[in-house]
Amino acid sequence: MSENNSVGLVAPLSAHFDVPLTLKSGEVLPQFHLTYETYGELNADKSNAVLVCHALSGNHHVAGKYKETDKSAGWWDNLVGPGRPLDTNKFFVIGVNNLGGCHGSSGPSNTNPATDRPYSATFPVVTVEDWVNSQARLMDYLGIEQLAAVIGGSLGGMQALQWSIAFPDRIRHALVIASAPNLTAQNMAFNEVARQAIITDPEFHGGDYYNHGVVPRRGLRIARMLGHITYLSDDVMGAKFGRKLRDGTIKYSFDVEFEMESYLRYQGDKFAGEFDANTYLRMTRALDYFDPALPHGGNLSAALANVKSKFLVVSFTSDWRFSPARSKEIVKALLDNEISVRYAEVTAAHGHDAFLMPDPHYHAIMRSYLAKIKV
Amino acid sequence: MSLMNHPTTTMKDNTTIRPDFALISQWVKPQAKVLDLGCGDGELLTHLHRQHDIRGYGVEKDDKNWLTAMENGVDVLQMDLESGLSGFEDQSFDTVILSQTLQAMHNTEGIVKEMLRVGREAIVTFPNFGYWRNRTQILFGQMPVSKTLPYEWYNTPNVHLCTIHDFDAFCQNHDIEIIERKVITEGNMVNFMPNLLGNLAMYRLHKKQI
Repeated sequence: MSENNSVGLVAPLSAHFDVPLTLKSGEVLPQFHLTYETYGELNADKSNAVLVCHALSGNHHVAGKYKETDKSAGWWDNLVGPGRPLDTNKFFVIGVNNLGGCHGSSGPSNTNPATDRPYSATFPVVTVEDWVNSQARLMDYLGIEQLAAVIGGSLGGMQALQWSIAFPDRIRHALVIASAPNLTAQNMAFNEVARQAIITDPEFHGGDYYNHGVVPRRGLRIARMLGHITYLSDDVMGAKFGRKLRDGTIKYSFDVEFEMESYLRYQGDKFAGEFDANTYLRMTRALDYFDPALPHGGNLSAALANVKSKFLVVSFTSDWRFSPARSKEIVKALLDNEISVRYAEVTAAHGHDAFLMPDPHYHAIMRSYLAKIKV
Repeated sequence: MSLMNHPTTTMKDNTTIRPDFALISQWVKPQAKVLDLGCGDGELLTHLHRQHDIRGYGVEKDDKNWLTAMENGVDVLQMDLESGLSGFEDQSFDTVILSQTLQAMHNTEGIVKEMLRVGREAIVTFPNFGYWRNRTQILFGQMPVSKTLPYEWYNTPNVHLCTIHDFDAFCQNHDIEIIERKVITEGNMVNFMPNLLGNLAMYRLHKKQI
């Protein structure tokens, strides 16, 4: 992927909302703000806007760099740019940090304007539905009546699906990648272990650690290490690390001896240094609670009865956390409603992480689908 | 999955269409909901959409075909037919088509049953192994290789070849009613001794009402 297909240098923007937002829990956010980024130009009739929704640990910084010296670009940079599959010569692409996040939008680590102190544990538990409602407010703010597409992987795919349910007239295409119509018990179990690691960290202080001048690093680190295991396939871990020893010999200790341990600790440390524990708790809960079929007695087809957008659903063969079988449930519910849907099952070794990789066939699918969207 | 080279027929609107597709088209009702199993690049569904304004979905396993079908505007689903049609509701399609793919399936019996569960009607086409040219080649001691069976014995995807008589008996034994049967050779209808003179068999089926 050449550098000159990059969106280049970008800067985050912020939008403030004064009209209270009633959340699914019944709680009300009297005011909030969303941090977002845009790439490309909004066309005259505002028909070329694409919203990219982030997953558990993502944010609004989808593509490009803030300064030349940034070590890495936005989290989906390989997809977004002039001439890339989500072509910014054609589309106006929007990335947004979700409510409850820790990268600028209103969330537990922000100051609550009502108290002048961090929201911390008082920031409400937000859901996928709440995110989509707040994203719709952002579209109002940007003057965008209808999105050409909403794209997301994993938890982001759930938001794309929710957009099609909540705002059938405001979205023409939903691209639901490596996602599911809800989490399985096993999947929720991983989230619960991650949360327990954070909550039982002595430095968590009931979520009020900001006022104690500490961070529950240990908990966050373990949560991320666990997550990482589930985002990769056994095969990829085997190929990447196998049973390789870092120093070539067994030391009969509990220090880092295997390469795999070194990798997990590195990922855990990196994450604990940059992510907020209260946000992590809320993101995993949003995953757990998402279940659009629930109000319809578990009938997903009924939940999608009013959907008008067209769909691209993509899964990856080695993804065991959001398996192809779960994507097929979405496809079936769409078929039951005679909605236009294309479904690809991409052969990939990388497990759940595959949705962020620039696999040529996967990107050909994205490129080809997006190229057909009329703006 | 297209397993042979085909002559084409020029249609009224100047597009060309394979003769077997033209015949299948006669069995599909206007505005029908159609599922094409092993839809390849989506040619048949595109044709049916143009002719009959159908609501169509295709199933295709191969990456390259899948992508081409999508580029051709087909709602194509990447699934493996060998594992059945569990993603489809009972009687949710007017017509389910399996065009020249039956012979390459391992779960032959299962797929025909599944087609009649999901569709009110099924259309199955396959190369007739009883065609005289195949018989001649066997008589001379070798496995048939022809336009309809363009593979050597060691690289053929065809694992369940059958004759028209075989398939008639299969339907009889599985409570499947043959609504209509057409047999063609090089695009021409064969009415006389079809099991000997026809190289492509086409069946329109539904479940026998018991």
